[in-house]
This record gives sequence, C-alpha cells and structure tokens, in this order.
Amino acid sequence: MTTTPRWRALTQHNLFWPVAVLVVLLLINVPFTPGFFSIKMTDGHLYGSLVSIVLFGSPLILVAVGMTLVIATGGIDLSVGAVVAITGALTCSYISDEANQDSLSGVFLAMGIGLIAAVVCGLWNGFLVARMGIQPIIATLIIMVAGRGVAQLITDGQIITINSEPYKLIGGGYWLTLPFSIFVVAAVVAIMVALTRRTALGLLVESVGGNAEASRLVGIRSMRIKIMVYVFCALCAGIAGLMISSNTSAADGNNAGLWIELDAILAVVIGGTSLTGGRFSIGGTVVGALVIQTLTTTIYTIGVPTQTNLVFKAAVVIVVCLLQSPKFRAKVFGAKFRSGTGTKDGGTSSATPADGASTTAAAPKMEVS
Amino acid sequence: MAEPRPVLEMTGIVKEFPGVRALSGVDFRLFPGEIHALMGENGAGKSTLIKVLTGVYALDDGTVTLDGRPVRIDSPFQAQQAGISTVYQEVNLCPNLSVAENIFIGREPIRFGRIQWTQMRKDAAELVDRLGLDLDVTAPLSSYPLAVQQLVAIVRAVGTGDSDGAGAGTKVLVLDEPTSSLDRDEVLELFRLMRQLRDEGVAILFVSHFLDQIYEICDRMTVLRNGTLVGEHMVSELDQVGLIQLMIGKAMDQLEGLQEQHAEVGETLLEADGLGRTGGIAPFDLQIKKGEVLGLAGLLGSGRTELARLLFGADQPDSGTVTIGGKAVSMSAPNDAIGAGVAFCSENRKTEGLVPELTVRENIILALQAARGWIRPIPAAQRDELVAKYIKALDIRPANPEARVGRLSGGNQQKVLLARWLITQPKLLILDEPTRGIDVGAKAEIQKLVVSLSEEGMSVLYIAAELEEVLRLSHTIGVLRDRKLVAQIANGPEITPTRILETIASGEHQ
Amino acid sequence: MSTATKTPTAPDSRRTPSKAARLLGDRRLPVVVTATLFLVMYIVGLTRYQNFGFGEPQVFLNLFIDNGYLLVAAVGATFVILSGGIDLSVGSVIGFTTMLTAWLVEKQGLPILVVIPIALGVGAFGGFLMGYVIHNFEIQPFIVTLAGLFLFRGLCLIVSKESIAIDDSSVSSMAQAQAQLGVGFLSVGAIIALVVLAIAFYVLHYTRFGRRVYAIGGNENSAMLMGLPQGGTKIAVYTVSGFCSALAGLLFTLYIQSGDPLHATGMELDAIAAVVIGGTLLTGGSGYVVGTLFGVLVLGLIKSIIQFEGTLSSWWTKIATGVLLCAFILIQRAMTARKKT
Repeated sequence: MTTTPRWRALTQHNLFWPVAVLVVLLLINVPFTPGFFSIKMTDGHLYGSLVSIVLFGSPLILVAVGMTLVIATGGIDLSVGAVVAITGALTCSYISDEANQDSLSGVFLAMGIGLIAAVVCGLWNGFLVARMGIQPIIATLIIMVAGRGVAQLITDGQIITINSEPYKLIGGGYWLTLPFSIFVVAAVVAIMVALTRRTALGLLVESVGGNAEASRLVGIRSMRIKIMVYVFCALCAGIAGLMISSNTSAADGNNAGLWIELDAILAVVIGGTSLTGGRFSIGGTVVGALVIQTLTTTIYTIGVPTQTNLVFKAAVVIVVCLLQSPKFRAKVFGAKFRSGTGTKDGGTSSATPADGASTTAAAPKMEVS
Repeated sequence: MAEPRPVLEMTGIVKEFPGVRALSGVDFRLFPGEIHALMGENGAGKSTLIKVLTGVYALDDGTVTLDGRPVRIDSPFQAQQAGISTVYQEVNLCPNLSVAENIFIGREPIRFGRIQWTQMRKDAAELVDRLGLDLDVTAPLSSYPLAVQQLVAIVRAVGTGDSDGAGAGTKVLVLDEPTSSLDRDEVLELFRLMRQLRDEGVAILFVSHFLDQIYEICDRMTVLRNGTLVGEHMVSELDQVGLIQLMIGKAMDQLEGLQEQHAEVGETLLEADGLGRTGGIAPFDLQIKKGEVLGLAGLLGSGRTELARLLFGADQPDSGTVTIGGKAVSMSAPNDAIGAGVAFCSENRKTEGLVPELTVRENIILALQAARGWIRPIPAAQRDELVAKYIKALDIRPANPEARVGRLSGGNQQKVLLARWLITQPKLLILDEPTRGIDVGAKAEIQKLVVSLSEEGMSVLYIAAELEEVLRLSHTIGVLRDRKLVAQIANGPEITPTRILETIASGEHQ
Repeated sequence: MSTATKTPTAPDSRRTPSKAARLLGDRRLPVVVTATLFLVMYIVGLTRYQNFGFGEPQVFLNLFIDNGYLLVAAVGATFVILSGGIDLSVGSVIGFTTMLTAWLVEKQGLPILVVIPIALGVGAFGGFLMGYVIHNFEIQPFIVTLAGLFLFRGLCLIVSKESIAIDDSSVSSMAQAQAQLGVGFLSVGAIIALVVLAIAFYVLHYTRFGRRVYAIGGNENSAMLMGLPQGGTKIAVYTVSGFCSALAGLLFTLYIQSGDPLHATGMELDAIAAVVIGGTLLTGGSGYVVGTLFGVLVLGLIKSIIQFEGTLSSWWTKIATGVLLCAFILIQRAMTARKKT
C-alpha cells in the first residue's frame, strides 16, 4: 500500500494540517446552518458567514502575523494587547478633540499619532530584548502591565466614543462590496510576505531563530533584526487597534484587545511556526487565526454554550504543543516518528564519541537515538 | 610485596553507536592511591569510556568491578552511590547557593525534618579545612573564581560520611579536564589537593590534554587509540615522544616522502601581534602571506581552534592586534573579520555552523547574504546559479538545493559549510577540521581544493588532526602545545611527521 | 586535624571576596531595597496625608487585609519563579475557585467546610497536571500554564456565566470575623496569608525540598548531575503554586463574597510583579519570600496612596506597577550581567 507521491507531497506541505483543520471546522457548521457557505449581496455589500469570519478575525490575523516574526527569532511579545488599547485610545482621543470629526486630515493625523505610539512601544521592546538582553517574556511583560494603565490615562478612564465617517471605514466600513478590513489585512499580509520573501529579511530571521550562534559567526547583525521584528509586531498591533476602535467607533482602554496576545500566539503555533524559533509561515499564521475565529463561530452555531470556547482553545493549545514535543511523540508514537532538527543519521561523524575536548556529560540521557 | 588490588577494573568494554564502534574491548584498571591519566586523541574512545564509567552511557559488553565486586552503573546517581564521583569541566554546581550548601545539598544534616544550618556550616568548614583550603563556606559559590569553584566540586565529590549513611565513601574521583581554565597558581593548588587525596587512598582519574601537567602529577597512564587500549605505563617509563607516538601511532615510515607544496607565496596578508586570550591561548605572533597555506599541528586541546577563532573574531582577544592587508582590524565581532575578507569554517558543524531547518541553498548563501544586509537580496537567478555551481564543484549529495541540511550526512554537511564560505571569495579561509568524519574520497577532494585555492591566491589556515594531511598541504606549519604557539616551521623535504612530533614533545623548534 | 602544607598562593583577597563585593553580591540586597522603598513610600504617605488618617495603625493592617489573597498567590508564584519557571494560570485558578466555591455553597448547598478542601484539591491537582506536562514532555512552562489559564477561565465560565453572590451565613461571618490586636484588627484572610508566608519561609529555608527548589533555579543541569530528584521537585513546585492559587481564590472569595467569571483577570501579572519587585530573579535561583511580602506591600501601598490622593484614577496603579517592574528588571539585569564578567 503505497501512497502516491502527490498525496504525500500534499500532506507534507506545511500548510496542510492547519488548512485541513479549518476545512473540518467549517464543514461542522453545515448541518447546523444550511446556508453557511452562501454569500448574499445586500445593499451593495456581501454578507455571509464566511465573510463574517474574516471580518471578525481581521484584528487577530494582523496581530498574529506581526507576532509570527517575533516568534521566528525565538522571542515573544506579550504587549500587543496593550498596544491595541493604546493606539485606539490615542487615535479616538485625538479625533474626539477635533472640531470636525469627519475631517480627513484630522483623521489621518490621529491615526498617525496612534501608529507612532505603537512603533515607540515596539522600539522599547526591541531595545530591552536585543540591546539589554532581557528575556522577551519578561521584557514585554512591562508594557503588558503598564500599557493598559497608559491607555486608561489617555481616555481618562472613560470609553471615548467618536462619530467620524472616514474613521469608521477602517474597521466597520465597506469598499467594493467587501468589508474594508479585509483589504487592510490583505495589504498588510502582502507587505509582510513581500518584505520577508522578496528581501533577505525572512532568511535572516529564520537563521537567527534557528541557530543564534551560527548566525553570529556568519556575520548577521541580529540586534538590528530583532529590533525590527518587534517594531513590526507593535505596528501590526497598532493597525489592529485602529481596526477595533473603528469598528465600535469607540476606544475602551480596558477591554480593547484583551487577551489577543494569547490568541495570536495560539494562531502562530497552529500555523506551524515553532515557539522556539526558526522556520516561520505567514500563510500558516493566517490560517491559524482563521481556525481560531472559526472555532468561536462553530461553537456558537452548534449550540454549545459559548463559555466552552476557552476550554476548547486550551485543548487545542495543549494538543498542538504535545504534538510538537519530540518527547511526547517518542513516547506515544515510538522513536521512528521523531522528526525534526539534527537527527542522528547514519553519518559516522555525528556519533557522539567524537566530543573531544569537551567531555561534559551534560545530560545523563542517552545522546544517541 | 604483593601487588595491591585495583579498586576499579573495567574489562572488555564494548560500546557501539550507529555506524561506529567507539570502544572495542577496552581494559582499564585503577589502583587506590594513584593519580592515573587517560590519554587519547579525537575518536580514541576516551570520553566514551568515562561516560560508561560514570553512568552516562550503558555499556554494550564487558564488566566493571569495584573493589572486586561487579557493579552495574546505569545512571550518574548510581555511579555516585557506588563511590565514583566526577567533577566535570564545567563546574556542575549551583552558583547561587553557598559553598557549604553546594557541598551538602541532597544530604543536608537534618533533625526532626529541619535542616541544621549551623551543623552544616561546621561540617563544611571542617571538610574544607581538612583538605587544606581556606574558604568562607557561607559565601555564595558565585563569589569565588572558577578555579575555587572547582575545588569545591572536589570537596563535594569526596566529602564522606553523609548524615544519611547512604552511599559509600568516594573510592574513585574522576577529574574531567579540570585545568582548562586555570592559571598556574590555581593549577598548583589543585595538584596539592589531588596529592593529599591520593595519599589518603583515593584513586584519581585525571583527564587532560596538557602534557606538562600529566607528567607533573600523574603516576600512571593509559593510552587509547581508535577504541582500543594501546598501552598502560608508569609515567616514569614512557617519555613524551613515545607517548605521542602511541597516541597518534601511524608507523612513521609510512608518512615519509610526501608531496610538497609548490605554489608561490605572495606578500603578507595578515599579521597578528601578541594576540592572545586568557584561558584560550597564550599571546602569539603570526604572519600569513597571500596564497599561503598555514597548517596548525598540535594535539587535541593544544589551542589550535582557539587561535583560529581569535583570527576570526569569534572570540574576543584579551591582548594584541591584527592587521589585514595593512589595515588594523578590531576583532570584536565576526563582522569585522568577514568585512576584511576572512572566512571561518567551524569544527562544530551542528552548533556553530549549520542552521539545520534551512535548506542547502539557504545555508550556502547565508554568509554572502549576511554581508549584503537584508535589504538587498541576491537575485534569484544568480543565487541559484551559484548554489548549483558549488553543489557540483563539491559534489554535495543529494544534489538537491531544497533538501533540509539537517538531514544530510556529516560529510555533506561539511561541504555545505565549505561552499558557504567559498562563495564569499575570502582572502583568508580558516578551516577547522574540515575533513573530520568525511569519507576518503571526499577528503581527497577537499585537500585538492585547498591546493587549488592557494594557487589562485587565497590564503588558508588549515587545522587537521592528521599530521600527514597538514604536512601535505602547508607551506608553513604552526606547532602548538598546551595552549601556546611554540614554533612556526617552513615546510620542506626535511620536515617529517617525526620532526613535528618531536617539536610538540619538546615544546621548541629544533 | 592538621592542614597539609599549602603552596604559597596569591594573597587572601583572592580567596575571600572583598567586603564591598560581598555586599553588592549579597542576594539579600534586593529585599532590603524593596523594604526601603516601602518605608520611603509609607513615610511620604504619612507626611502627605496625615490629616486624612494615614497615620492610623489600621491603615497598615489594612494592607494585609486588602492584599492577603495576593500575598498567598505571590508566595505560590515565588516557588515557581525560584525554580526557574513561570505560572500564568494563577489569576484563572483564583477566578475559578471563587466561582466553584460560590456555586457549591449557593447552588449546591454544601457547607463551606466541605467546599474548602474540594477547592484546594482541584487547584493543587491542576498545578500537578501542568507540572507533569512541563517536566515529562519538556514543553515550555509559559505555554503550558497559558493553556492552564484558558482552561480554568473556561471552566469558570462553564460553571456559571453570571455572577453568583454568596449569602451563606457561615461565609459572611468568616468574612467579617476580626482578630482584635489592640491597635487595630486583622481579618481571617490576612492571618491565613501570614501563616502561609511563615510556612513558605520555613519550607524554603529549612527543608531539603526548599533547597532543591533553589538548586534547580540556579542550574537545573547541575542539580540533575548532583543527583537531586529535580523532576519530582519541579512537579511539586507547580502543585504548590496551584494550591496557593486556590487558597488565594478562597481568600478572595471571602473578601468579595461572590463568584464571577471576570474575577481576578490578569492577577497573575500582579503576582509576578510582586515577586519581581520583591527581588526574586525571574531567571530563578535567587530570591526570598520575605521579598515577596514587601513586593505585595508596595503594590498594596500604591493602591492605598492612590485612594488617599483622591484625584488620581485607579489605573495609575497599573502604570506605577509597570514602572516599578521595569526598574527592578533592569536592576536585575545589571546585577546578573556584572556577575558574568
């Protein structure tokens, strides 16, 4: 019983499993919502469950895509939720002070201010991690804790509501029959993909995350690269913040983007990027974010109480991580399924005795498979 | 007088790994009250034997007897329980705890479930005192230099009479490269302690590459080569030349009559002046000329890699300067060296060379791309052409640029690494053990490549364990011993492997 | 007991570190810094609000009453962080415990004395599971406890989507009980918190288990090679954290007398902040529970001061916490960086 080469190539493609999970989730909806896949045109706008999924999932896709690069360098960014709140707060606060809230230049200026604040947060994170050498979890914890306080400060503790037509467009508006946010997401994703694959940035990021010491010896300036990815991540979070506050035409310092960092990390992991860094896949992250959003929708449609949402997410996190853990795979599936980096192949040189000068019995575990 | 019985006897030890037989029936014995050296070059089986003894590896065949009784050692913990204590090269203690705690942790004196701190400090102070050390046992371990931390590790290893009554006293103390980072005074202190322990009847297994120290402190030595025992001698009976011959051991006449280098050599490309690093290599002066192949000869641990790394900026020097092409280069990071045209192929392919998840193609262009920065990618067509060219030139198999480099065999991984640096067309190519673990055919290819590169004007710094390789390729040979560059010899018909060995042994050029 | 003749070594200054080096390297220094910070802040408060009753001893005791639950949670977090790990599930376990307790008491009519062991058991078991997965499958603590965060928050929602107020009389009498100290009073929660602190102190400094926690945090590899049962210790540490989170949840329930799906959201960050401000290194191996006490007191004092100030809004707490966190992290980094050279 041989699997045909095409089937094998398909299943081994790194996007296969995430997409498969997504399709399965979507299909589960069909018995409950007969018109699930239908898309109608009403009032010149496209409506449908699929459209909703992408619309509601847009902020998450943005944040997750930014998070992907950070994780690829072996880091993490817990502050994105706070950045979402800060950006929305700054922008809405500026607009609400404007005499004419519909003035285009005012709106652009406000957005600019908000995004600059996001970039500043990213620079701060990057500085702490790359220059000061602080662990990413800890470094980004600072803005995670203080950031919401800052957002509250900006909004004076209130939820600022604004009434600005141009601003509504970003998160809540439509363009060419589709929700505008889809275009924003598409543009950002396209830029990210172009940036990482058309320049050498993707390669260098994967190298830094894959083997930091080898990257140093090859002459990669990892400090610059790390600072850059944290800035991108914060910028994506900032744009997501604009989207969220635009959707509600309000800025809520407390709840905007709450826990979005956890969903983002989850999306990245589902999409196939390893938490330890190295190879990353922006496409995978997008699919991962859609999976999470679809999960939420599916739970709702099949009538399971929505409060189980979190439990399902927890289960997914655990399952994905267990599957990614070599030890778990070895225990459950046996050693031959243990794929991954640096397997001891038949090469004689890779046998451990040639350790020479460093006879450090670093681990009493057997070093040979 | 009857010969005392060995406290430790390992007989017929066999240990295999996939594709290689690390130990083929090795016998080894250790007597109480002696300091015993275990010698052997790369791949000799020395570290494997120690790991079998200390329970890191399980043996495939053979027996181990302790005090005449056979024992089974399956884990480091069991080894400790049996009375075999090991002090590793990286001091494996907890720097955040106090000296006393490090000595006693796991067996702190307890009464009614409560640790008796005063008792512990008192016991620790006594132990430390008994061994002639002057330490404040309440100070955190990290406040002491590494040398002292090592002494504390030894105190823990030999500290007998734990309050549980569990575990035998230490019968065998294994010291794994304890002197690598010590200065002379610290080494003397260590030796004093070792002698005291020896006089108390402990059997000490001393693993080190420093020939001077072996001859200074050890009573007997065992030499391994290629996984077999080639000799067990009293130190007084075997001189250094004889020892080195045992370790490297090809019949000398087979190595005579080798091809020499003919290529012309240009003016000075690189000059190192008083370049050195404490704990790495003593300050040295070095000159490499354009198109020259400089081979480094020396035993394992003599400092060859340390020298090479200093010339690349992989390690920061503590003293000295480097001039390349007439311009001074600050060796604070590899980027400076790379910018000046130096390339470095590390001997640790996996940890310092390859990015295992990336493809062959990505690994090959990595250095070239890194030099260009992230904004300017190498155009795809040009990149693929270059990659294909080098895959063919070095015969990398499988000849598939998209293969994940972590899956390739060791030899091919080495070639990928080589291709990566050759693509940058460096002025000086540093090769650290490029032919280790590579099949014979590939070895020859790489050596031919080195010759042709030097004929085209590239300078090469070549490090290899096999002496004849170094001799065959080099214009000049740098001889290292015990972390010092002791001689630089111009190659010629009269320079034979024997001469090199003698130079290593004597520590001077004759 | 004779000492063998020693070869002349370098002067004693090399052996015994200088007094200045000892002082700076003393791991108790960060605790002293935090304690001093607390003192300074208190004095500022005294001078500024003396007409508003800040000088009352009860103000000081209120710090323990209002923050007792945080102290317990932070003590549990201290164990985990000392061992080199991290626990993000603390807030969710607290929230879940409040909900479970409220539900069992109000909806199922169980007496509070039966509910208490149940809640503690669940929390401890949750911690045990997380520790097991972390150790046996070698998955990063961050992601495993993140899953725990989701799981417990989700379980909390499953128990009830809405808030459940507790009217049970035994609970309210427990909540209102006061231990009179003459100058003021302490609540049941505060006393339990102090007891937990004392127990933690004893365990960490007088039991082998406690010393193992420090050893693992200092160098896990070494601990293993020294023959310490580091796996069991790791799992135990997360179990302790789960237990403490559950206990903190019970204390919080007493304090707030209800169960609500949003209770304690983000409280793990407060706990971690308290631990860091208290001088415990996030990399593990160094720190004291006494430091955590001062960390909690500092955070509590910030809240108090903001209340007394009146004009400041409560979110300044978050900013102040963030700033302090940042300062202490940078100090920690400077300390460890210097040690490496």
